[in-house]
Parts: sequence; C-alpha cells; structure tokens
Amino acid sequence: MKLKLHVWRQAGPSAKGQFVTYETNASEHMSFLEMLDVVNEDLEAKGEEPIVFDSDCREGICGTCGMVINGRPHGPWKRTTVCQLHMREYGDGDEIWIEPWRADGFPVQKDLMVDRAAFDRIVAAGGYISVRTGSAPDANAIPVMQVNAEKSMDAASCIGCGACVAACPNASAMLFTSAKAAHLNLLPQGQPERYGRVLDMILTMEAESFGTCTNHGACENACPKEIKIDVIAMLNRDYMKALLKAS
Amino acid sequence: MELRSKVPSGPIDQKWTKHKFDMKLVNPANKRKYHVIVVGSGLAGASASATLAELGYHVSCFTYHDSPRRAHSIAAQGGINAAKNYQGDGDSIFRLFYDTVKGGDFRAREANVYRLAEVSNEIIDQCVAQGIPFAREYGGLLDNRSFGGAQVSRTFYARGQTGQQLLLGAYQALMKEVHKGQVKLYNQCEMLDVVLVDGQARGIVTRHLVTGKIEVHLADAVALGTGGYSNAFYLSTNAMYCNVTAAWRAYRRGAGFANPCYTQIHPTCIPVAGDYQSKLTLMSESLRNDGRIWVSKQVDDDRAPGDIPEDQRDYYLERMYPAFGNLVPRDLASRRAKDMCDQGKGVGDTKLGVYLDFEDAIQRLGADVIEARYGNLFEMYERITGEDPYKVPMRIYPAPHYTMGGLWVDYNLMTTVPGLYAIGEANFSDHGANRLGASALMQGVADGYFVLPYTIADYLAQAKLDPVAEDNAEVRGTLEEVESRINRLLALDGDRTINSFHKELGRIVWDNCGMGRNATGLKEALEKIPVLRQEFWENAKVVGEGGSINQTLERAGRVADFLELAEVMCLDALVREESCGGHFREEHQTPEGEARRDDENFTHVTVWEYTGADTAPREHREPLEFEYVPPTQRSYK
Repeated sequence: MKLKLHVWRQAGPSAKGQFVTYETNASEHMSFLEMLDVVNEDLEAKGEEPIVFDSDCREGICGTCGMVINGRPHGPWKRTTVCQLHMREYGDGDEIWIEPWRADGFPVQKDLMVDRAAFDRIVAAGGYISVRTGSAPDANAIPVMQVNAEKSMDAASCIGCGACVAACPNASAMLFTSAKAAHLNLLPQGQPERYGRVLDMILTMEAESFGTCTNHGACENACPKEIKIDVIAMLNRDYMKALLKAS
Repeated sequence: MELRSKVPSGPIDQKWTKHKFDMKLVNPANKRKYHVIVVGSGLAGASASATLAELGYHVSCFTYHDSPRRAHSIAAQGGINAAKNYQGDGDSIFRLFYDTVKGGDFRAREANVYRLAEVSNEIIDQCVAQGIPFAREYGGLLDNRSFGGAQVSRTFYARGQTGQQLLLGAYQALMKEVHKGQVKLYNQCEMLDVVLVDGQARGIVTRHLVTGKIEVHLADAVALGTGGYSNAFYLSTNAMYCNVTAAWRAYRRGAGFANPCYTQIHPTCIPVAGDYQSKLTLMSESLRNDGRIWVSKQVDDDRAPGDIPEDQRDYYLERMYPAFGNLVPRDLASRRAKDMCDQGKGVGDTKLGVYLDFEDAIQRLGADVIEARYGNLFEMYERITGEDPYKVPMRIYPAPHYTMGGLWVDYNLMTTVPGLYAIGEANFSDHGANRLGASALMQGVADGYFVLPYTIADYLAQAKLDPVAEDNAEVRGTLEEVESRINRLLALDGDRTINSFHKELGRIVWDNCGMGRNATGLKEALEKIPVLRQEFWENAKVVGEGGSINQTLERAGRVADFLELAEVMCLDALVREESCGGHFREEHQTPEGEARRDDENFTHVTVWEYTGADTAPREHREPLEFEYVPPTQRSYK
C-alpha cells in the first residue's frame, strides 16, 4: 500500500519543529515501526538523516516507544503500544500524522523522541518498598489476599511509556503516579510507607511540570495496559488521609 | 592468560558459606571510600547497584536507555525458578542444582551452579518483600508452575510478565538509592570502552547519546551487566538496542571470552514474516504446558490445519520423547522443529514453522481457563499475525534468544582483568551449553543481589588502588582511542546502510552457526565474515554528526563489534568438535539424531584471548570437573 506520512521533525529541544511529508510503500504484515524502519533505511541510503524515534523490545513491554498517530497516543488499537500496531490497520492512499508526546514534563529531544526522566524522579521519591537486600523474611510468611495480589498486579503492569500524559488535556502524570502507588499500597508489604509514599510522589509529580488531574479519563483510554482510573481515586483517598495524618 | 576459577574447597553445599567467611570484608566506615561503576541497569545491573549502594559503596550506574526500567530483562515472560519446595513435590536445592547441571549438558562449573540454586530461595524472599506481585493461591500463599523441562513445580511467576515485575523491583530499589544520593544514575549514556590502569579496571569511557559528549568515568572497580549477544544473528528475540559492545570492548582489553558458540535458540517464537522484519517475538514456553506441537505427516501438505485429520498429524515431540513430550528442553524442541521443516513438513507461507495447538486443552479445560492462563500471549499473537489462536493453531519457529557464552569469570564473577566483573547474561557462568527455562532471571538477580556485593569486597579490601588522575597516560590513551573510532565511524561515506551489513551478517551466522553447525559451513562463515567486515569499514554509510542524537552512529558502532564477535563465535563452534546443549555439530550425533558429547576431549570451557585486530585469538581451556553430578547422556525419552 502507498502511504503519505506527515512526520514531526525537530532537531533539538529548543529548535523549531515542523511536519515533513514522506511517501512510502508498506506491506500489511509490517509493524508500524517496521514501516518507519523502511522509511529510515531509504533516507539513510539517500544520505539524509533518518527520523529519530525510540523503541526497543518491540513486544509492548519495555515502554520505550511512543508516538501520537493521527491524534492518538500509540495509534488506534486498544491495549497496544505502537510497536505492536500492524499495518493491516491501514489501506492504500492513507495519510498518517505522526507526532511526539506533547507535554511540558516530556521535552522533545529530537524528532519523535522525548525525555521521560521525570517519571524516574517520581518513582525515586517513593515508588518502592524499602527493604535491604538479604533482610527479607520467608516469602510465604507474608500471605497476600489473592484478589489484592491480582489488583496490585493490574496496577504494576504499567510500562511507564507516558501515553497517559500525552493523552491528558492537562498533561497530568496522575495515572502513572497512581498506578505505582496502587501497586505498592495494595500489598501488606507496602503499608509501613504507604502515606509518606503518597505525599512524596505527589509532591514530586507536581514539581515536574505535569498538569493537574481533572478526571477526563483520557489516560485510561490511551493506556496500552488498560490501567483503570480507579487507581487515581485510590491515590486521592490516600492523599487525603496522608494530609490528615501529617497534620 | 591465567584461568583460575578460585572455586573454594570443601563439600559443595558448604563452599559458598565457607567462602563468604574466608573473604575479606570492607568495614562499614570504609565502604564509602570506594566507588564502583555498574554498566547496565537490567536485573543484574540494577540489583547490584542497589545492593552495593545499600552496603555503603558509592555507585555509578550507566544505561543507554532513557530510563533504567527499559532494560531487556523486562521482556522475560515465564518465571523465575527457586528451590523453595512450596509445592511439596520433592524439590530441593540439590535437585535444582542437579537439573541445571544436567540441563546445561555438563558444561557448567558445578560450584557456581550449586551457589545459584542455594541463593534462589533468598531471591524469592527478597522479591516478595519488595512487593513483586507474584501469582498467589486463594489462601494467600505463592503459586508455582512447572516450566521448561522441569519435573517439579518450582517456577514463581507474575502472569506472563515476570521479568517486568522483577526488573521493576530492582529498578525501584535502584531509584531508592538514587534518591538517597548513594547511586549516581547516567541515563542515555553508552559505555564504549573500559579503562585499565596498571592492569586494573579503573573506569569506563562513555558517549552521551543526546549530547554526543565522550567522557571518562573513574572508579575502583567496574561491573558489566550488559546482557547477551543474540543480536549477532540480526533477527532474535532480543530488543533492538541489545548489543555486545561493552563485553566486546572488555574482551579487547584483555578479558577472556568464554564459549561464544553456546547460544540458545528458543523453540516458541512467531515465525519470520518478511525481509523488513526487525525482530522476532517470543511466545512464552509456558504455552507448551498446554499446547501440543505437531506437523502433518505428509511432506508439502498445503491443507489448512483444521483439514488435516488427527491420524495424519505427527505430534513428533510426544512420539519421540514420551516421558517429557512437549516439555522437552529448549535445545531439543528447537532442533526437532528444524528437522521437521528440513523434511518439508513446515507450515505457513514460508514453510518455516510448526503448529502449537490448543484445541485439546480448550476442550479439556474450557476456553476461559486457557484465556486466564495465556490470554495476554494469545492476544499478542493475534495482534502480530492477525490469526486467532483460539480457533487456528499457532505457528511457531525457533529464534535466537539467549547466549550462555559470555565473558569468562571466576567464582567471584571477576573476569581475567582484575577489578572487572561480569554479571547476568554478560558472563558465561552458570548455564553451561544450554539454559533451562526460568533460570535467566534467577541468575541475573543472584549475581546482582547475592554474589557480587560479597565478592567485590574481597577485591577492594586487598587490591592496591592508587588514585588515578584524569590526565593519566593510560586514561587519556583510552579516551583518544574511543574518540578516533567515533570519528572513523562518522567518516564512513560509502554506499551501504549499517542495517544492510547487520542483516547480511545475521544471515551468515544463522545459516552457519545457528541450530545446526558443521565444519564446512563454519569454515565458509569464517571466510565471509572478515570480507564483510572489511567492506563495512570501506563501504558503509553513517549519516549525521556526532554532537547530538545519532541513532545511525550508535548502530554502526554496535554492528562493527558484532562483525568481530561473529568470527569468534564461528571459530569457537568449529573447534568444539562435539555436540552439547545449544551447540549442535551435525558431524557429532547419535544414529537417532541426538547430540553426542565428547566428554573425554571437551569437558572444558573454551576461553578466547584477544591478540590483536589482525591476528587470531588465542584459545585457552578451563577444565571442568563433575564430582556431584556424573555426566550422563542427557535423555528425555
């Protein structure tokens, strides 16, 4: 199939970016990123700089890839990162607009690649259980209700791709932050640090140029792991309790 | 090159305990005076960084990713083994040790494997305490499953995302130490060389992938947790960025490279679809617990799978290996799939595939049970192939997946370069010639959490570590070599893209040093690879400049190193005149087509020493002894 691509090109964080149009021929069996690989291979062969985009595992688990396709983070498929999107979605003559995540918290580094280190800083603020290596009790000494273990796993399946931020009209990182808090706060092991964790993570999130959550729910819709906004409610609840406890 | 394994004396179940007592300690007040560089933030690198920092060392952790959480450990699906015996089905540390030595086809060091089995239980304790949401039974205790050729249920798992959860646990422990200031994290920073001063590893040279800045980082010791080299095959289940550069640069500075020909070809991957393909996708081998593998009994059968009646199907693994059936170890499952395709019984458009069929399991257990077990995998399969595995059997084919070979290390995980350690998949230590399922995660975290943090103290406490200045001649020399290599790559202005070289190399390695190897093919590869390498340096094209993000340049450096490694892989495969584990030499097989080991002549580790760019590497051998698990013909009949 013949496609017309409009791809965001931007030389660096402070450079002015613009859409550049490319035409390419794709097979329906290709993944979306393989289609871009072919475009890049052609550009390189012509001596032109290829489109910079980040992707690694191409199995939808590492969270490295991410781009907005025709206005939707990771493109049109549900539960799918862009590396797993396949070209049978598209037809001959289609036009596709490809942009980076757009959010103050994620500055563009080049073309479609953004800096997501803010997520690491949110985790560093409290997204862990403090346990020194070697100091743990026997694993079965801490029973966990099966249903809580499952809910915790649902939240823990976040891949840190940033689609939630890209989808949010406020560019809020609330779904990401809440998912990490929920993963840990749902487990007995996470209780001792529960409220301090919530305060510290929220404080850091707010300091990182992300917007505020106003319950649009666009994040849930865009999340390739279908993390539910229930976790945001849980974080808000814990945050209120934490404020009371702190006072 | 001297290969001293430093395996402690005494009975095998007391070696590690005794060794921990015999090793020198660094006292708590002195630990902060030492600086350790850890390269890589996967399971091994992140867990080592976190633990060393908890102990009080200053740690710098380097990753080329935008976040440490992206490391490829994240993609491991199936699970992690431990000898907990929570199922009461007869498991023990000795059994896990025994299975791993046997599974490795008697080509691993017994003492290392025993230690791995021993610390496996502590790993599970540690991970649960970190909040890793392992699968649980309704009573709240941990669930286990049987995995990849084991006859006990010893595998702990978090859905099909066990690697992700373990890595996030290690990542979070790492970020906790970053927050405290005990670890300095370098994102998007790629190691391009190791700095040796007076023969000791004292630092690394890196290139910052965003600014292009090339810098020296000095320390008292360096640990490489930089993963495996499956991408030498171009198409593998490894992530796009996985590469051998860190390990290869260490090799070029004097670290021995062990058993490079031991590569694992995973039996259950989605077959190649076209020549634009960028990577292969693994389907967890847990699928083999319920799926049945078959091909048509007829050659060139073009019927749809549903049109092939039961009596015309060959469930060849069940037929050939009745005791293990579809659960035979990976090397056997892969090789038999290749045999079927070689006989013209392959399925799908390319005829390079076999069926993995869930029809019986769905009838027996119901589609909902199968969905609960494998739902995410089925969905991934459908997304990639457009076929629904609830209705049509999956098509699978083997793909390069893991490399057992790697930097040679002694019992302390130190390479032949003093102060340079290799952990996780980057080293060769525990899996022999074949790795069992759910053992990679175990080894990565064992090295990082429970081995290196002890053994590195023994070195730091005794080594003479004089202060090194940045203007030291050896430091400057290494920096200049890196700079000149980058400039040489940037100057490449030929006719061929970097990818085209990588693809061509991958094809040579896959055809000649893949699932089946023979002297003729290996010799042919050994002629082709240097020619291709020469063409690379004459005719490759690198666009763009060095002062900002340049993914072509990054790839070029990595492909250049694969072009060197591949030659040593083939050489290693050529001199190992036997079949063992993942290394199958077609000349050395039993009349039934099984691997034939030659214990008399090859019960050793082959270690290659770099001797220069234009000279052949020197071969060394570390003899292996089997005191506790006497070598037998591996049989899964």
